[in-house]
Amino acid sequence: MTGTGDGAGVTTEPVSADGLRQQVRDFLAGHDPASLPRLDFLRARFDAGLAAVHYPPGLGGQGLPRTLQPVVDTEFAVAGAPTNQPERNPIGLGMAAPTILAFGNEEQKARWMRSLWTGEEIWCQLFSEPGAGSDLAGLATRAVHQDGPDGGHWVVDGQKVWTSVAHHAQWGLLLARSDPDVPKHAGLTYFGCDMTGPGVEVRPLRQLTGEAEFNEVFLTGAVVRDVDRIGAVGAGWRVAQGTLMNERVSIGGTPVPREGGMIGPAVRTWRERPELRTPGLHDRMLRLWADAEVARLAAARFRQSLATGQPGPEGSAAKLVFARLNQEITEFEVELARADGLRYDDWTMRRSGEVDFYGRDVGYRYLRSRGNSIEGGTSEILRNIIAERVLGLPTEPRTDTTVPWKDLPR
Amino acid sequence: MSTTTGPVSTGQAAPTGVVPDLLYSAEEQDLRDAIRSLLAGRADWPAVLARTETSETYDTGLWQVLAAEVGCAGLLIPESYGGAGASYRETAVLAEEAGRAVAPVPYLGSAVVATAALLAAPDADLLAGLAAGTLTAALAVPFDSRPSDELTGRVRVVGPQPGDPSGQVRLTGTIAGVADALPAGVLLVPADGVPAGLYAVQADSPGLTSTPVVSLDQTRQLADLALDNVPGRPVAAGPDAAAAVRTALTAGAAMLAAEQLGLAEKCLEITVSYLKVRYQFARPVGSFQALKHRLADLWVAVLQARAAARYAAACLAGGDPDSPVAVALAKAACGDAATLAAQECVQLHGGIGFTWEHPAHLYLKRAKSTSIGFGTPDWHRATLASLARLPGPGAQ
Repeated sequence: MTGTGDGAGVTTEPVSADGLRQQVRDFLAGHDPASLPRLDFLRARFDAGLAAVHYPPGLGGQGLPRTLQPVVDTEFAVAGAPTNQPERNPIGLGMAAPTILAFGNEEQKARWMRSLWTGEEIWCQLFSEPGAGSDLAGLATRAVHQDGPDGGHWVVDGQKVWTSVAHHAQWGLLLARSDPDVPKHAGLTYFGCDMTGPGVEVRPLRQLTGEAEFNEVFLTGAVVRDVDRIGAVGAGWRVAQGTLMNERVSIGGTPVPREGGMIGPAVRTWRERPELRTPGLHDRMLRLWADAEVARLAAARFRQSLATGQPGPEGSAAKLVFARLNQEITEFEVELARADGLRYDDWTMRRSGEVDFYGRDVGYRYLRSRGNSIEGGTSEILRNIIAERVLGLPTEPRTDTTVPWKDLPR
Repeated sequence: MSTTTGPVSTGQAAPTGVVPDLLYSAEEQDLRDAIRSLLAGRADWPAVLARTETSETYDTGLWQVLAAEVGCAGLLIPESYGGAGASYRETAVLAEEAGRAVAPVPYLGSAVVATAALLAAPDADLLAGLAAGTLTAALAVPFDSRPSDELTGRVRVVGPQPGDPSGQVRLTGTIAGVADALPAGVLLVPADGVPAGLYAVQADSPGLTSTPVVSLDQTRQLADLALDNVPGRPVAAGPDAAAAVRTALTAGAAMLAAEQLGLAEKCLEITVSYLKVRYQFARPVGSFQALKHRLADLWVAVLQARAAARYAAACLAGGDPDSPVAVALAKAACGDAATLAAQECVQLHGGIGFTWEHPAHLYLKRAKSTSIGFGTPDWHRATLASLARLPGPGAQ
């Protein structure tokens, strides 16, 4: 079996790959990327089923294995076609799209998917709250239903936190409490929330690295239409679980070459600065290099096993390993740097759109990686998930799952 | 700032990130099923434990069935010698299953190490015997030998004696702590002198003494070998012999890593099972988060070890230039995982895990012994200093 260039090593059907290449060429023959306006080109690409081949027919794809996507992307790249700039819409493409496709109704899919994929509408995720981190199901943001045409609307009050790209977002994936009188998991409902409406206020949240990647979102009498509800009333927890599985895969799942991850800058410093080496650091360097390479191989093996593209709880392992490695490597790197490790590039408060681990100094890498074991599910929660869902170990006795949410201590 | 910018290719054999197939093929799964069902019937752990206290610590009858009937002895041997013409990928499956069962069979010494040596320095008769399962062989080196060790100073060529009409080469010396030598019919002995090389010695030769060692691993008993003017037949000489031994020890390290993977997986399984049924404080102890997190970490370690072990097997099978890196990674990751798994198995079983009547100790002893065999995890990581271009202090 040979690799597919992204390191996934998954066998692809040559016929399908060739057929897709031909489809792209036919499409390009009728849509000149050089002369068509960018958005017109992207919308037409979506309508031709060549946006994301694993999306369903009629919704930007053809229901094909996602391992075929590089075939299409490569053809478009070679032709110099504009991309949908996926880095601008990570939550939208990584989490909103699979959630909408799995749990949305047909009207919602038709209304949201194209503008999501083209990047015309950025999505963010309104899950965590100051009082609901690991215990997400205990969240307190209230959604109260009001009757009206088309199912009426919901009035939402509460505070969300750790919301990336909220200040650019048109839509938010909102998890809110629709019924406080039932146990906590049963009283949640999932919505698409219009971030530009009244009652939605976005404020930057400064973090220990100095800048603000994330936001706080204050919802004060915000109105969410019932037609934007994703899944049934009270089914929000199940929908959110689907979203979070995709989050863990997207955090631990990007293929990299050897020395391509966080180990890269540490290895470069090691090779370029022999005067910084000590015997103890050498042992750590060798161990970290080996651990990083084995983790890279394990991630590649995980992708090989993902034949259908459905993330399983094994994604939790990848995230757990990369969080630990990133922290150990950067801790090593800042000690190795010695005098340089005592300086920091910039504490200025500013908004930063994306994490730039490699464009900044070692101090930033050291500090930012502390968040890797907290964001997207703490390492402790991931160990619970592995223990219970993979190994089948019993849950701890709990007092919070059977009583009405409103009666829980908080 | 001083800089050293050597060739970037060193340690970068997979620069594009393309990784070979690390999963198990359907044929490999079939082989696994056949071996596992045989071992379940003939080497369940009470039988394995009972055998450790007999004079026949190796189950030669079981090895005969595995070798000849299941075809495990000839997995690496080409069909032209009567073997199965398979590869290190399939052999790794055999190793994993042997590790799961702590099976007292000499697969490692015979079907891996001696076979790899003889494939590097081909000897048609010996290979045919190994493939048919009629011959069991062992490379006569201490079990703690590392692939790059110079294996000199133990046995010397002392003959032929003047006036010996046979002109037979004679060997004299001692080799301590050899794995899988006890059931071997032929020993492959590296010897110094003229001509230095690798010699085949019949195990029943006069002058050869094989003394069983009271071994930490009771399921792979070592032997101390003493040779006094023992006849030997040359298999390879000079650099060819050294290369054959190095190849054999590298293969041994890689397959030992697979064995450790199987052992670690088995320890995790029996520990998880036990923690579901063991009640204390009116709860299954597996519901305590303090224990769940340890098992989750162990599961992750096994997952990482499997990727490393499969990568090493795939690299050896494909003759990949990244093989030295792959073997070092696998022996380091799997050695640590196996030791951790066996130690956690003892600890999380509590009192019963410390008894003779529970199999945990068999796994613990096998795990620690194999982490010393053919190079410790630290030794293999240290090889990355040159393989991955990570020199230590004082070096440029």
